[in-house]
Amino acid sequence: MNEEIKTLTISIYTENNIGLLNRISAIFQRRHINIESLTTSQSEIENVNRFVIVVKISETQAKKIVGQIEKQVEVIKAYYHDEHETIFTESCMFKIKSELLFEEPQIQNIIKESDTRIVTVNKQFFVLEKSGRRHEIEALRRDLSAFGIMQFVRSGRIAVTKDEMKITELLDGVKNK
Amino acid sequence: MSNTQTIKKVENKAVKTERITGSEAIIKCLIAEGVDILYGYPGGAIMPVYDELFKYQDKIHHVLTRHEQGAAHAAQGYARISGKVGVAMATSGPGATNLITGIADAQIDSTPLVCITGQVFSHLLGSDAFQETDIVGISTPVTKWNHQITKAEDIPEVLAKAFYIAKSGRPGPVLIDITKDAQVQEFDFKYEKCTEVRSYNPVPKTNIESVKAAAKLINNAKKPLIVWGQGVILGEAEEELKAVVEKAGIPAAWTILGASALPTSHPLNVGMVGMHGNYAPNKLTNECDVLIAIGMRFDDRVTGDLKTYAKQAKVIHFDIDPAEIDKNVKTDVAVLGNSKESLALLLKELEENSHQEWHQKFKDLYKIEYEKVIKSDLLPEKEGLTMGEVLKEINTQTKGDAAIVSDVGQHQMIACRYAEFNKTKSNITSGGLGTMGFALPAAIGAKMAAPDREVVAIIGDGGYQMNIQELGTVFQQEVPVKIVVLNNEFLGMVRQWQQLFFDKRYASTEMTNPDFVTIAKGYRINAKRVTKREELADAVKDMIASKSSYFLEVCVEKEDNVFPMIPTGASVSDVRLS
Ligand SMILES: Cc1ncc(C[n+]2csc(CCOP(=O)(O)OP(=O)(O)O)c2C)c(N)n1
Repeated sequence: MNEEIKTLTISIYTENNIGLLNRISAIFQRRHINIESLTTSQSEIENVNRFVIVVKISETQAKKIVGQIEKQVEVIKAYYHDEHETIFTESCMFKIKSELLFEEPQIQNIIKESDTRIVTVNKQFFVLEKSGRRHEIEALRRDLSAFGIMQFVRSGRIAVTKDEMKITELLDGVKNK
Repeated sequence: MSNTQTIKKVENKAVKTERITGSEAIIKCLIAEGVDILYGYPGGAIMPVYDELFKYQDKIHHVLTRHEQGAAHAAQGYARISGKVGVAMATSGPGATNLITGIADAQIDSTPLVCITGQVFSHLLGSDAFQETDIVGISTPVTKWNHQITKAEDIPEVLAKAFYIAKSGRPGPVLIDITKDAQVQEFDFKYEKCTEVRSYNPVPKTNIESVKAAAKLINNAKKPLIVWGQGVILGEAEEELKAVVEKAGIPAAWTILGASALPTSHPLNVGMVGMHGNYAPNKLTNECDVLIAIGMRFDDRVTGDLKTYAKQAKVIHFDIDPAEIDKNVKTDVAVLGNSKESLALLLKELEENSHQEWHQKFKDLYKIEYEKVIKSDLLPEKEGLTMGEVLKEINTQTKGDAAIVSDVGQHQMIACRYAEFNKTKSNITSGGLGTMGFALPAAIGAKMAAPDREVVAIIGDGGYQMNIQELGTVFQQEVPVKIVVLNNEFLGMVRQWQQLFFDKRYASTEMTNPDFVTIAKGYRINAKRVTKREELADAVKDMIASKSSYFLEVCVEKEDNVFPMIPTGASVSDVRLS
């Protein structure tokens, strides 16, 4: 009976309404499912938002969760995907003392080799930004922490699916009914 | 505003606008939705609406309950017997939070409600202003939809959407919170009913292939069993259910909220399933070869231990809500859609059958239940009165035509087991939430929605005292409900559990009760107490004959138990008779 727990990405297309985040997060909360990361933004369709939620659950759980999510009036459609079905990334930022940039030549090497971008430099600090897989970001953090990091922040996962999700068709279908 | 985008406008050039306040707009929206009665309680944040109600008294009757919980339950009773949307209204803060139990009850029992709450001025939102609570946040997990309005001009669209969502598909409660400034602002009003919300698909399309697959399983079944739930009543599929049952000759059992969809006397009606359901359908759930679930959700009170529930059977599940499929019980065939349509489609595919031998098994097990349980419930030989014999007397006097509104506890299980129902929508009870205090206010709403029907509330001495203040509503509104309190001086159902599973340690379940008859009389309600069997028939007769409201207290045996019973977590086939 014990099903495999996977890292799954749940994509939810919704109306852009205040309060919906509450309804959606409550569905996870009631079932004691920890949200690994959550991102919400506009989607490719005007006035349609997209949630990308990463959770570690079984497929059976995911099916039920998606059913409960779709039941919400303002949810247009929800899906779940495993890692092979999506292309995904996270991004992060580091704030580091400026003097290190000049005094520690190794930092410059790290920046070059890890494909990290310098966002800004001033007298006090400089800011690095990088997008990539979690392990790449973690490796970078490890490397930089040897020199001291003033601030670090990482975003939730964002993902697009390899397969089409046909939201526009779905919405057109409603309009033409 | 995003709502404007989500609602498809119905082209109607003739709709004229007029400049009115938000409050007046609320009333006009209600009238446009056919609301003629609403239940509520005033207060600061909703006063402008009450002021308008004063003007519109001839169109909308406002019922002042004695507690907002009473208003919510009354609106539920109204909705359950009429099939229409029940409306409740309250002020902000404590008024709004007092509605919550009724809203939660409506949510789990799929009852269409629109609740309107007043809210502080929008510039005060989030400031902990006097009587401000985040009612939208609080009600989110127990509503089908909710919304806060801060501008008068949003009132018509949001209310139209509220009624549409509450009623369509799988019904449920909607809460609309309206700030005071939105109530007093003027705007150009016009009303158009909502017929569609683009992100919302209330009734999934029935797939004919799934209907055919279901029919094939049923046609090949040797021992099919139907378990129907409230989905049949909500979908108004009573006729279709009957036709299916009769054509294929399938024994049919019901969940507590499905009761009355098929008359009790129907020869293929084999009784209730679940924790205190009948012996035969519970036992034979684990013997049938095809289990046909219609508009029910495999609640844990119905299934007992899921690991052993109907494991031998192919399961067919008819439901309007896709999220119910495979939620608790894995199905072999799922038929989505409205039960009225899907059962009509199924009927065409079914072959005639009678399953005599299989049906005989139900009769045999009924005989066992009759000997061990029913006989002593309905025809007791001991001195003390039983709850069962009271129900039997009510059946006799009302000829099975009454709507029975029951509260929660032993009396509820007895009422559902023994009430005879000739008509649909006759069993009004709190199923999913099991809310004590439900019955008195719900009976008020039911009687007001169906004045031609006899409405009898069956209540325990515990639950009665949870909303006893609604006697004031009965009195003021002159609602001719019949109230029966089965007084065992215990929180009976809990005491039963204590007896069976906690070595008779009756911790805090004994009740010292007031003189209920005097209380009823204090509210100018005719009242009588019965303590002896000889008095019962006449008392029930007087009650039913009464043109006005009537209170009957029946002092019953203190420590009777309700059987059959499936202990929590046990298998349905482990149903106990004693
Ligand atoms: C609001 C609420 N509180 C507590 C309970 C738990 N509960 C279920 S049945 C019951 C006893 C009901 O006693 P009574 O109303 O006297 O009815 P009886 O069982 O004696 O018929 C209780 C306390 C509940 N269902 N609802």
